[in-house]
Amino acid sequence: MIGLGHYLTLSALLFALSIAGIFINRRNLILLLMCIELMLLAVNFNFIAFSRHLGDETGQVFVFFILTVAAAEAAIGLAILVVLFRNRRSINVQEMDSMKG
Amino acid sequence: MHSIHLTIVLAPLAAAIIAGLFGNTIGRSAAHWITNIAVGLSFVLSMFVLKHLYLDGGVAENYSLYTWAVSDGLRMEVGFLIDRLSALMMVVVTFVSWMVHIYTIGYMHDDPGYQRFFSFISLFTFAMLMLVMSNNFLQLFFGWEAVGVVSYLLIGFWFKRETAIFANLKAFLVNRVGDFGFILGIAGVVMFTNSLDYATVFANADSIAAQSISVMPGNPWNAMTVICILLFIGAMGKSAQAPLHVWLPDSMEGPTPISALIHAATMVTAGIFMVARMSPLFELSETALAVVLTIGAITAFFMGLLGIIQNDIKRVVAYSTLSQLGYMTVALGVSAYSAAIFHLMTHAFFKALLFLGAGSVIIAMHHEQDIRKMGGLRKYLPITYWTALIGTLALIGFPGTSGFFSKDALIEAVKESHWHGQGAVYWIAYLSVVLGVFVTALYSFRMFFLVFHGEERMDKKTKSHLRESPWVVTVPLVLLAIPSAIIGWFTIEPILFGGFFGDAIHVTTEHDVLTRIGATFHGSWEFITHAMTAGPAVYLALAGAITAWFFYLKRPDIPAAIGARTTGLYNVLERKYYFDDLYIKGFAAGGRKIGQFLWEKGDELIIDGILVNGTANSIAKFATVLRRIQTGYLYHYAFAMFIGMTVILAWLLWV
Repeated sequence: MIGLGHYLTLSALLFALSIAGIFINRRNLILLLMCIELMLLAVNFNFIAFSRHLGDETGQVFVFFILTVAAAEAAIGLAILVVLFRNRRSINVQEMDSMKG
Repeated sequence: MHSIHLTIVLAPLAAAIIAGLFGNTIGRSAAHWITNIAVGLSFVLSMFVLKHLYLDGGVAENYSLYTWAVSDGLRMEVGFLIDRLSALMMVVVTFVSWMVHIYTIGYMHDDPGYQRFFSFISLFTFAMLMLVMSNNFLQLFFGWEAVGVVSYLLIGFWFKRETAIFANLKAFLVNRVGDFGFILGIAGVVMFTNSLDYATVFANADSIAAQSISVMPGNPWNAMTVICILLFIGAMGKSAQAPLHVWLPDSMEGPTPISALIHAATMVTAGIFMVARMSPLFELSETALAVVLTIGAITAFFMGLLGIIQNDIKRVVAYSTLSQLGYMTVALGVSAYSAAIFHLMTHAFFKALLFLGAGSVIIAMHHEQDIRKMGGLRKYLPITYWTALIGTLALIGFPGTSGFFSKDALIEAVKESHWHGQGAVYWIAYLSVVLGVFVTALYSFRMFFLVFHGEERMDKKTKSHLRESPWVVTVPLVLLAIPSAIIGWFTIEPILFGGFFGDAIHVTTEHDVLTRIGATFHGSWEFITHAMTAGPAVYLALAGAITAWFFYLKRPDIPAAIGARTTGLYNVLERKYYFDDLYIKGFAAGGRKIGQFLWEKGDELIIDGILVNGTANSIAKFATVLRRIQTGYLYHYAFAMFIGMTVILAWLLWV
């Protein structure tokens, strides 16, 4: 029997995976964006799991909103990425340190 | 009458402004004409005022012209108090000033600062008149400071000379010390009476004397004593009394006319005048009068001694001025205010004469001032010689001259002043003034003989140019010689014994030595014979003159031998009792050291180093450490956010 705990564990694993992706990845900016998407999906998982568990549809509605925002964010993120590549001929994360103090 | 008073004051001011600001436009001769006419006008009008008050029996006037400010009931005004005391001072000031104006035409003839000089001496006349005509302490203080400023400007008139700059700064700083006391004294007057007006203050004098003030905690002093001593400290600065006398000999760096006008005849007597004017206050404090007497006596005798070894012609006269100012102060100390003013007046004439005579010699000698390089000038400068002889005789108190009457009356007054007790103060004062007569005669005739008699010690080139000075120089000499010689005959009786000053000078009955002397006074001629038979002063003067003749004409080797035998004493005199060393190496150097300490340790180290720059530096250091956190890598920021969020969550969950 698959219960709430299993869903939450999966969600936590996905979230941890995406954080690890952000920290460990030092080369590709696209990977960063993908990790952020994965983080949002992990959160979505939580919403759906709790929605089912509590019998309240609001959580599922909220997931639609998050998916919309995630799509928009991906579009904008990729657009910025394209412009960045045009300017610097590179999407290497380690070279992007102009905020250094 | 009011417009006459105003004209007397404002004419020199207007002339000074015109000659000073438009000097280059109007030219040299216009500058000296305008200032001479203005000061001459002031003199004539002052004479008129004096005549009105004395011969025509006019009443003293005390009025305010203009209210500058009213602050908490304290009125600050410009006003005149014209009584016989101020009228006499006005005549003396304007007369000497006028003579000096005329003389300057000759003396400063080739000087590029001709117009500036005339502007300054006219400005000085204005300031001095404001001082003597004032009816309140504020205006007195204004005049007091204004003459100080002009004196500063004139001592440093040749401002390219290093020594002149040193001298004028020294004069200014030493006067600041005196003025500090003076302004504290005025503050004391305001504190107790809430008024600056003379009449109000004098009316409340008794109430001041009834109160006390704690200068140091737990030591209440009589308020009047404190106020009078503070005011007298001001007089010590301006009238160059020991130990604030050091600026006067150095002020001889200025041109000779101003030495005569400011540093002999008028400005330095401002302190004497002020104390006489404040007589209703000083009368109420015997302690203050004893201080005045002691300071004056010390100055009169010890400054005279210094005159004996000076070799600069002007400095000899300068030390004699110090000594004579000491005499006047002694007279103030024994409550013989009239005698002090009388000596002030005669001294103004003969000392201005001596200075202008010295100036005439200096012109003839082509600005050589060392009396060891003069000698035998008698036949080259006959007018200067005879006028200088009159001046010198008046200075030593030769019977019949003006100086004789004033000085002898003064010595008599000291002798009679038993109310000071028969203690040390009395004897210091009496011995100082009596022995001072001998010293005065010695240094005066030493200078006179070395300059005008004996062998001619100047070089050939100077000798070939020797001739009498032009008329603009000799006429003032003659005009000053006349009052120096004779004015004592006519004025001793009214001024000293005839109540000339009326209410202007207040003396309590038990202090009134002059009235006691006056009881035995029977005319000027009688006074001379009395002095010949009674006191040692006349004989001491003659002895001094003869000693000078013997030492410096007959046997010039003796003074040198004495000097060689007593090197210790000679050095003390040569170093002027080490006052200059004390002030320059002690106070001035100490002040600079404190300043340097505060600058290096206080300002640079603590304020700049630790507080201002230290704060900035420590922030910069902290920032260099902190900026290492800002790597610029996105994943570091994300990591920081994650850690932070975890911590906050954990805190929310478990705390």
